[in-house]
Amino acid sequence: MTRDDIRQVILDILERIAPDEDLSNITDDVPFREQLELDSMDFLDIVMELRKRYRVQIPEDDYEHLATMQGTVNYLEPKLKDVVK
Amino acid sequence: MTYDTLIIGAGLSGLAAGVRLAYYEKKVCILERHTTIGGLNSFYRLRGHNHDVGLHAVTNWRPPGSKTGPLSKLLRQLRLKWEDFDLAPQFGSAVAFPDVRLRFTNDFVVLEQDVADKFPSQADGFRRFAAHLDELDLFDADPNEISARQVAGEFISDPLLVEMLFCPVLFYGSPTPNDCDVRQFAILFKALYREGFGRPRAGVRPILKALTRQYKSLGGELRLRAGVKRLLQDGQRITGVELDSGETIEAKNVLSSAGSAETANMLDGPNVDWPGGRPEPGVLSFVESISMMDCEPKDLGLNDTIVFFNDSPTFRYEPPTEPVDVCSGIVCVPNNYHYDRPLDDARVRMTALANSAYWFGLPEEDYVCEKAAWFERMADAACRFLATDFRPHATDLDLFTPRTITRFTGHTNGCVYGAPRKWRDGRTPLDNLYICGTDQGYLGIVGAMLSGVSIANAHLLRD
Ligand SMILES: Cc1cc2nc3c(=O)[nH]c(=O)nc-3n(C[C@H](O)[C@H](O)[C@H](O)COP(=O)(O)OP(=O)(O)OC[C@H]3O[C@@H](n4cnc5c(N)ncnc54)[C@H](O)[C@@H]3O)c2cc1C
Repeated sequence: MTRDDIRQVILDILERIAPDEDLSNITDDVPFREQLELDSMDFLDIVMELRKRYRVQIPEDDYEHLATMQGTVNYLEPKLKDVVK
Repeated sequence: MTYDTLIIGAGLSGLAAGVRLAYYEKKVCILERHTTIGGLNSFYRLRGHNHDVGLHAVTNWRPPGSKTGPLSKLLRQLRLKWEDFDLAPQFGSAVAFPDVRLRFTNDFVVLEQDVADKFPSQADGFRRFAAHLDELDLFDADPNEISARQVAGEFISDPLLVEMLFCPVLFYGSPTPNDCDVRQFAILFKALYREGFGRPRAGVRPILKALTRQYKSLGGELRLRAGVKRLLQDGQRITGVELDSGETIEAKNVLSSAGSAETANMLDGPNVDWPGGRPEPGVLSFVESISMMDCEPKDLGLNDTIVFFNDSPTFRYEPPTEPVDVCSGIVCVPNNYHYDRPLDDARVRMTALANSAYWFGLPEEDYVCEKAAWFERMADAACRFLATDFRPHATDLDLFTPRTITRFTGHTNGCVYGAPRKWRDGRTPLDNLYICGTDQGYLGIVGAMLSGVSIANAHLLRD
């Protein structure tokens, strides 16, 4: 998957988790929390959705990398590079 | 075959936990002893009418599409839509004491203003109290409890206002007599006063249907008439369950919504060391009446959605020595919500504290006539706080007691809000046995579902 594919995957996941949020204006280098009403339960869901869809395991210590869209894409790029979209 | 998780009970907490587990592809089965789902908030049909067991109000009402609050959190977690619950907002409710009435709606300002009008000297204290409750960490799992009355007393000096504010809160979710833990109080205060009440036009059915549909479509299994008789124990672990039929099922984890004492009774292995002693069941229970009406209650001047009444300046919330405590109670008119069209039938519901032991001990031949007699006394008491006596327009009556609640939900003493001691983090002394629902600590319709979701998230999804 390319960086753009990964970004789209995250948007799909956010759309599933938080269908009432407007995702069209996400700024990639600003924390999700500042743009969306997401709590710790929702963050756990992002991690769980990634595991469910692509079998990627994200240890709890790495959650900090998932604060922004940019951070998330950076973090996932090596893990998902061989995954076919 | 071994399940990842077996869930005991298809009430709101068990079903909600099931949705979470099935969504993340866990092999899960819900085992329910009764012939239908819903538990303390189930439904039934009697003499041509559909009744809800318990639904007066879904608390935590928010306008559809809201992004914050427990209801929005819950819908997100269950991957359900606002339309799935389709809650219509209430007209407005009241706390009625002998010479004072406080009104509250789904707009907190109405209550704030009414407090300021009726208790001018307390207006500021009330606002600070509400702000203080907002700042508490509601999900703090600390087992040490703090008295909500003590905290209220630090802000509000008029005892009558304290009693009036506590009356609906205790009635709608305190497992302990006369007072409750301040976190529990804060959760309920927000759920009742800040957010308010809604109701699906068709009662609890659409909520239960949405949960079950979601659960099954995700591959979850549901077995009715499948009571769990024993939890099979191997040292510190549960290996599975034995059903009433004798069938055994293996599982890696068991999540029980049957209650903590009830769950402890299912253990058959060596003595388990429960911190603080073996769980004891709660004692607070209620009688509930449903009167079918030949007209819209509001045509008789019954305009409130829910009235919480008490006939003296002090509210006693404890098991009564009499069969029913007729000093206080709840009157609910399910018709008084802003539905898109009126309900097809009309009813008035009443709730009052009950003495479980009395109702359990009553010989069969006296049961029916005692129910009828106590209904009249409850209604006499309630009608003093209503615009009119609704009884001349009542066409049919059903009344259930603590005995009914135990028969259909297995909760000892007909207990509705569970044991005084809660297991907030859902853990038990056994490694893979967890508790959700009433005895975990989040109660009510929304609370029970959140309980199932939280405990599933915390312990049963991560591996
Ligand atoms: C009269 C009444 C009015 C109420 N009104 C409201 C209201 O207006 N608003 C509100 O929010 N809340 C209300 N409530 C409270 C609300 O209904 C409960 O808090 C909620 O339903 C609790 O859900 P639960 O899943 O924790 O427990 P339960 O619903 O009790 O679920 C437990 C389930 O486990 C099953 N079970 C028990 N033992 C076994 C076993 N050994 N094997 C298999 N299955 C077993 C039971 O049959 C039951 O289905 C009311 C309750 C009552 C009784």
